[in-house]
Amino acid sequence: MTTLTGLCTLFAVGLLIIILSYIAYRGIGSLNFRFLVDSPRPVGEGGGIGNAILGSVVLLALSSAFGLPLGISVGIYLAEVGKGRFTSAVRFIVDTLTGIPSIVTGVFVYAILVLPMRHFSAFAGGVALALIMIPIVARTTEEMLKLVPHSLREGALALGAPQWRVILGVVLPAAASGIATGAMLAIARVSGETAPLLFTANGSRFFSYYLDRPIASLTVQIYNYAISPYDEWHAQAWAATLVLMTLILGINIMVRFITRKRF
Amino acid sequence: MLSPTGNTGDAIFRGLMFLVGLFMVSVVIAMVIALASDSMMSIRQFGFGFLKSLHWNPIKGEFGALPFIYGTIVSSLIALLISVPFSLGIAVFLVEQAPHYVARPIGFLVELLAAIPSVVYGVWGIFVLAPFLRVYIEPPTATLLGWLPLFQGPITGIGLLTGGIILAIMITPIISAVVRDVLAAVPGSQREAALALGATKWEMIRVVLVNGAPGIAGAVILGLGRALGETMAVTMVIGNRPEISLSLFAPSYTIASAIANEFTEATDDLYLSALVELGLILFLVTFVVNGIARVLVWNVTRKTGGVGRAA
Repeated sequence: MTTLTGLCTLFAVGLLIIILSYIAYRGIGSLNFRFLVDSPRPVGEGGGIGNAILGSVVLLALSSAFGLPLGISVGIYLAEVGKGRFTSAVRFIVDTLTGIPSIVTGVFVYAILVLPMRHFSAFAGGVALALIMIPIVARTTEEMLKLVPHSLREGALALGAPQWRVILGVVLPAAASGIATGAMLAIARVSGETAPLLFTANGSRFFSYYLDRPIASLTVQIYNYAISPYDEWHAQAWAATLVLMTLILGINIMVRFITRKRF
Repeated sequence: MLSPTGNTGDAIFRGLMFLVGLFMVSVVIAMVIALASDSMMSIRQFGFGFLKSLHWNPIKGEFGALPFIYGTIVSSLIALLISVPFSLGIAVFLVEQAPHYVARPIGFLVELLAAIPSVVYGVWGIFVLAPFLRVYIEPPTATLLGWLPLFQGPITGIGLLTGGIILAIMITPIISAVVRDVLAAVPGSQREAALALGATKWEMIRVVLVNGAPGIAGAVILGLGRALGETMAVTMVIGNRPEISLSLFAPSYTIASAIANEFTEATDDLYLSALVELGLILFLVTFVVNGIARVLVWNVTRKTGGVGRAA
């Protein structure tokens, strides 16, 4: 039986290695400095993904600005403040929201932001990504706060500090590194999201940093190039995929090394 | 957990935190309201017939969701069929069999499969998996099992089977991570008792699996929820044709991929409304499926203080 279960595991790990090395093999050919800074051009003229990288950075900054404070607050509420049925309901909703398909989040943001504003916008894309981020950050924050020993809270309370100062000044800093790694994983997760951006941020073939206009993103660009009929764009899709995977794997592996000692 | 104090700062802080909790609840309520109100036109026009009609023809104004529901369910079932045995094997290997210094790095690598974005699986699916299936897997399957209606028809590499396989790869890390948590939460005394009664290692593992059965069921349902709503990778390999065909080689369409593909093309209000209704269906189904899974997994892992690893 050990052989059989070991083979299952080997197969999964082998698949990971095959996928990653194939991305590296196909992507490296079209990857150069110009590709990283140039904006897209018509087929046959080269072009790059500079605008998409900028767009992804803008979208991630926006979603982090909304999503991280809210997610961490929800985590604090779940771990430190709330109790009773309502809190259980919130915890259930947070858990269940992590499983809601991101495309549905996209449709929701389209309905509440894009339709009233009458056009796609970076802002709407940022909100969609933030909605995906909040439950993930909330869950890790809750778990990290629960790891903080009770004696720390009791000590601070015994010194006469009010509860809000105990939480914000003592408990939260004690869990800060764990919350930070959770936040980074959440950023890595949403940086790969495509579906919620299709009809919120949409896409753009130009450099743009206006929040009320459509904006490009790495993932949407990869999608558009991959389903196009042109070999040149396919090659660019692979190269852009390599860039995206480097970012995501980089964050994941870094987090792993930071947290290795504690878990 | 601390009880309220008389401090004003505490009262404000608690109030703020309560508002944040309320915000989460209101997001879900707002989702239901927004999706329902924007799909009202389609709901009024088609009623329950929307779920039963086979015809999806935006030009004629006919909208029936059955082909999408079929494609979604069948591709997810294929994914579960492939993924569940693998996930169980991985979880048993990592929790019960592999030494600690092997289990940790290997477990991390398996979890990395979940870090690969859907669109990247899609790119890999179009350019690697689909041609591979077309050349090496589907022709021999058709020769061997071609008498089954499941494996008939033209071989293109693009279709239900490819969609199901890519979904299987994507949900395996999720299911196996939750099963690992569940198995780890089964008390060690169970294993010791089984071994003390003379059970072999394999019999002991069966005891552990039976003990964790509700949690394992939860993990599988969680994987199902993920497969039902997975969008980009499936959209890129399933062929996107709103038809029901018994053959697994035939192109199909899922709810999520229909929304992804057609949302920006929806020119009239009824078309858009029908697509939003698809979104509403997907939301309600995945909410219920995930809710059930959470309850099952919680009952096993939270009781014993286990910490859920999977997102």
